Amino acid sequence: MGTSTAKHNHQTPGHQTPGHQTPGHQTPGGSTAGDDNGVTSRLAASVPMPGPEALVALRARLAAEAEAEGLLDVAHRTVDSPIGPLLVAVTYDGLARVAFENEGHDEVLEELAAAISPRILAAPRRTDPVARQLDEYFTGRRRHFDLEVDLRLARGFRRQVLDQLRLVDFGHTVSYSDLALAAGSPRAVRAAGSACATNPVPLVVPCHRVVRSDGSIGQYRGGPEAKRTLLALESAA
Amino acid sequence: MEPFDRVVEEHGAVVLRVCLALLGPDEAHDAWSDTFLAALRAYPRLRPDSNVEGWLVTIAHNKAMDALRRRSRAPVPAGDGTELSPSVGSDGRRPAAGDDPAEAAIGQLDCTVLAAVRALPPKQQAAVVHHYLADLPYTEVGAVLGTSPEAARRSAADGIAALRVALSPTGASGLPTSRPRPRKR
Repeated sequence: MGTSTAKHNHQTPGHQTPGHQTPGHQTPGGSTAGDDNGVTSRLAASVPMPGPEALVALRARLAAEAEAEGLLDVAHRTVDSPIGPLLVAVTYDGLARVAFENEGHDEVLEELAAAISPRILAAPRRTDPVARQLDEYFTGRRRHFDLEVDLRLARGFRRQVLDQLRLVDFGHTVSYSDLALAAGSPRAVRAAGSACATNPVPLVVPCHRVVRSDGSIGQYRGGPEAKRTLLALESAA
Repeated sequence: MEPFDRVVEEHGAVVLRVCLALLGPDEAHDAWSDTFLAALRAYPRLRPDSNVEGWLVTIAHNKAMDALRRRSRAPVPAGDGTELSPSVGSDGRRPAAGDDPAEAAIGQLDCTVLAAVRALPPKQQAAVVHHYLADLPYTEVGAVLGTSPEAARRSAADGIAALRVALSPTGASGLPTSRPRPRKR
């Protein structure tokens, strides 16, 4: 009764020691000179490295607490759509970025860290309305987005162009020269084009509704195929 | 500067491991959350050449010490107050919960070993946990503890020596929690 028969599983399944970057660093957990009677390996096995599932609830709690404390400068999530997965990023002021898959979502998050703030977390609460309205748009149940938009990533004339672009309704198209004219610089057609090409919030600020004067569809940040899909979706409705 | 998301992705598991080792499962989640919230607050001011993992473990260490101080001020429940968790099995391991995937992903903790680690003097305990569980090199362990790398290495070596004695089958003296109380036959 009084004898200890504790068993210890030294090779805990799923236990992994992360690779270490420091050259010459002795891997912990290995019995070094055989002088510790396996103590270091028992120690390493005493707390298995938690798997990613262990962090799901913790990360959700972190995002909620960060939001409540005013520390979540950029909340993001990915939304599936007929033109591929879209990254949406929302600041405390509104939707600041919609990114297509071809832009590389990781790279876009890095750009946001540099341009807005590195306090970036995946978080549902602030991004839910964007996801819901995009879904309604793609399923033909929404013609106007009712969202706060944060256009801090567009400056000067580009910002003026985007402000005009927000007035172009669902199902309508304008030409680049119409847009330049509306923005107050009728000769700045190329600049109007580059404002569309660098639109930080495509779809919601509808740069897909800008086409060439000759009727061809022109360029699009998400690729010409995505633009064709969106124009077809709106003309069918 | 990397999006903070990626910092959580890369170092979240190690920080949880440190919190589990220092505090046990019941308080580890709070310490993890406190750690990353504090880190998020300070993150924009972090120097670009910093060792992010060492920085996070430093914060986690401080949060765990805060939790231990709070615990020592709190009324001691039944028992001698040194248990890592009330739900430790007879083999010294905390059983993994069957249904909860988050609990299952934490895996089984060896409470016999952790009780011995927690019985170490604070410097040795921290040096052992940060080197052998957080996988930090001694330069970073020293930075966490505010000592030189050599002193950190000595603390870890002293800690391992003490654990070797404490965990040997014949030398478990001084560790009442690792040995069942003798019963009357």
